[in-house]
Order: sequence, then structure tokens, then C-alpha cells
Amino acid sequence: MSAVVEFEEVVAVAGSFPVLTGLDLRVDQGEVVLLRGENGAGKTSFLRACAGLISVSSGDAHVLGFDMRVDRRAPRRYIGLLGHENNLYRDLWVREHVEFRATAAGAAESDTDAALIRVGVSKKLWTVPIGSLSAGQRRKVAIASLVVGRPRLWLLDEPHASLDTESRENLDLILAEASQLGATIIFASHESPLTKGIASRVITMGGGRVLEDSGAS
Amino acid sequence: MLAETLLVARKDLRVEWRAKIALGQVAPLALLILVVLAFALDANSSLLELGAGGLYWVAVLYGGTLLIQRSFDVETDDGNMDAFRMSAIGAPSLFLGKSLALFVQIGLLELVLGSGIAVLYNVRVADWWLLLVAAAAGTVAFSVCGVLWGAMSAGLRVRATLLPLLLVPVLVPILLAGSRAFETALGVRADAGWTWASLMLVIAAVHTAIGFGAFGFLLEEG
Repeated sequence: MSAVVEFEEVVAVAGSFPVLTGLDLRVDQGEVVLLRGENGAGKTSFLRACAGLISVSSGDAHVLGFDMRVDRRAPRRYIGLLGHENNLYRDLWVREHVEFRATAAGAAESDTDAALIRVGVSKKLWTVPIGSLSAGQRRKVAIASLVVGRPRLWLLDEPHASLDTESRENLDLILAEASQLGATIIFASHESPLTKGIASRVITMGGGRVLEDSGAS
Repeated sequence: MLAETLLVARKDLRVEWRAKIALGQVAPLALLILVVLAFALDANSSLLELGAGGLYWVAVLYGGTLLIQRSFDVETDDGNMDAFRMSAIGAPSLFLGKSLALFVQIGLLELVLGSGIAVLYNVRVADWWLLLVAAAAGTVAFSVCGVLWGAMSAGLRVRATLLPLLLVPVLVPILLAGSRAFETALGVRADAGWTWASLMLVIAAVHTAIGFGAFGFLLEEG
């Protein structure tokens, strides 16, 4: 299996605060990795460093073969990122938003409907402004916006937040399918008992580095 | 690149069409400024006619700044700036698309304000071509400057107050050139109106070139 994320002794700083402190981690293609750890352990910072949204101060960092110290923007077109916030345009209708994300990602506009159905966004909501949806419905629209782009690397921060039981199970199925098709998934979650089942590997972080790795040889 | 530019512009215009901020709130407010200025000058019609060009561009400056701020509020709301930076759309297309959408919105604002000064200030146009070219050049310059400085301040928590503070000094040369060109077009000044209109085109071209090359960097570091 080829490495999708390869970090060696990575240090990253946000402002003057070190958020990654010598992180060593390799994630291979097709893996589903659960990141866990206390608040401030560095989970979100690791995901953002993988997306190139935090610059690497020292160490070696490669994502999808791109050297993040040379060009951290290069791999972004192959990455889907879902953070704590949903990254939605509240004034747009649901379908308009997902269609925009689909076109921006180079997907066909026709993929929009399939993504919304797959995620379980009811058809009657497609022409409703995003701002008038519930938190769970907005989360589903955000996930549909991700699904439609068919990313090679999924970076998800608390993806199950606000979702009901049925939607959580559906999201787990979507992630499993994506992984079977060759995508790599790294997600942070505080709900380990619920999410551990879908992960092929569990990594515990603390103080900006890996404390425990179930996949370590 | 054209398709990506139009995609971004269409998205921004659709957001505005749904929210109705530009025509529903900003245009009436800018129009109100024209009315207030008319009251402030005590309905002295000759003074209003003389100063109509300058007062028009002051109202455009105010309304345009609100539209520019709104354009980047949309991108920073709900963590959208991350999606904006992660987008597969190239930075030059993002810059041009946002500039195009702002051009349309500020253009509509100017149509409303143009009707306003015609009715309130009783102006007559001496040179329609100069008036239209100056308005178009000023709108392009406003739009590209706004997107450039909007991107610079987008990542800052104090952007609501900082953006106007940064932007207004940059827009003042456009305000001056627009005012002079309009005064010539309205026949109250026998000056080199076309030179002032050309100056606005130069400002627009310089900022477009900077935006084209530096927008990606500004998004990352802004």
C-alpha cells in the first residue's frame, strides 16, 4: 500500500503556540483512521496540517505524494475536509450549494442529486435555504458537499456531530464504501465507543504527537 | 479559467439574490445619504449641481464598502474560508469571479444612485460617453481593490472595523478621479475628464494585475 500521509518529526506552530510537536505518522491508502485524545491533543491541527491549512515549521510532511513544505496547496484538490463548522453558504438553497461544490470539484452537476440522496437529505429540503435547516440537516448537506467531490483523502473532524442514530449509521456506510473504493479516511472523534467499529486503526494523540497507535508494528 | 470565474461570480450573485442585501438594504441606505447631503446643503440647488459628481462618488464609496465587506462576510461565515482555500478553483479565478460579482452589485448600486442624483440634484448630462466610461472604470477599480483588500483582512477577527480603515484610503484616488470625471461629464467643470477616467482604468489594471498574481498568497496568509 502506498503512503497517503507521511509525517516525520513534524512541528507546526499556530501563532506562537506549538500545535504539533514532532509528530510521526504514516497512513496508507484505504485506511480508516480514528484519531482520539483530549481537547488540545492536536487532532484538529493534524487534520488541518494534512489539508495544508497549517504550515509545517520543521520535519518532513508528504500528503498524497506532495511535499507540504514546498507547496501545501498542491494536494487540496484531492482532499475533502469537514471541520467543526459546516462550510455552508446559508443563503443558498441546499441543492444550489451542493451543485456549486460539485462543479468546483470538477464533478458533474448530475452527481449533486445522487450525493444528496446518498446522504439522506430529503427531496423537499433541496429548495430550502440552508440557514433555515436544523443543525443535523446542515451537517448532512456538508457531508453531501464532500461526497460529491469524491476526494482521495477524507479529513473529518467530529463528522457525527449533530447527526441522529440513523444518519450516523448511514455516514459510517458512506465512509466504508469510500474506503473500499480506495479513499483514505482520517477522522477525529470523541465518541470512540460508537465510531471505533468503522476504524481500521485507532490513534491516540496528546500534546501534539502520537501517544498510542493500534496499527504500529 | 473563464468557466471557473463565472462559477464563482454566479455563486456570489445567487447568494446576494437570495439575501437581498445589496438592493434591499445597501442601495436604500446609499440613496438616503444623497438625501441627507441634500438636506445638509440646505437644498441650495446650484451648490448641489456643482457638487453632484463628488457627492455621488461619496455615496458609492460608502455603499461599495458595505458590499465589499458583505462579499467576504459570506466567505468567512460558518468556516467557509477553509472551503474557499481548499477549493479546486484556481486563485486567479476566485479573484476574478468575486470581482465580477462585486462589479455587477456596485453597478446596480450606481444605477440607483445615478437616478437619485438626477432627481434630487437636478443635474443634466453634457457628455454621456464620459459619464458611462467613468462610471464603468470606477466600478471596475472599486471591485478589484475591494476583493484584494477584502482577502487581506478576511482572516482577521477585527475585519469588520479594519477593512473600511484599510480600504477607504485606497479608494480615495478612485473617488477623486471619479468626481473630477463626473464634474466634466455633467458640464460643471471644463477639465480633462477623460484623463481622470483613464486614471481609474490604470488603477483598475494595476490592482487586477496584483490580484491575479497575489490572491492565492493573500488567501493563505490573510
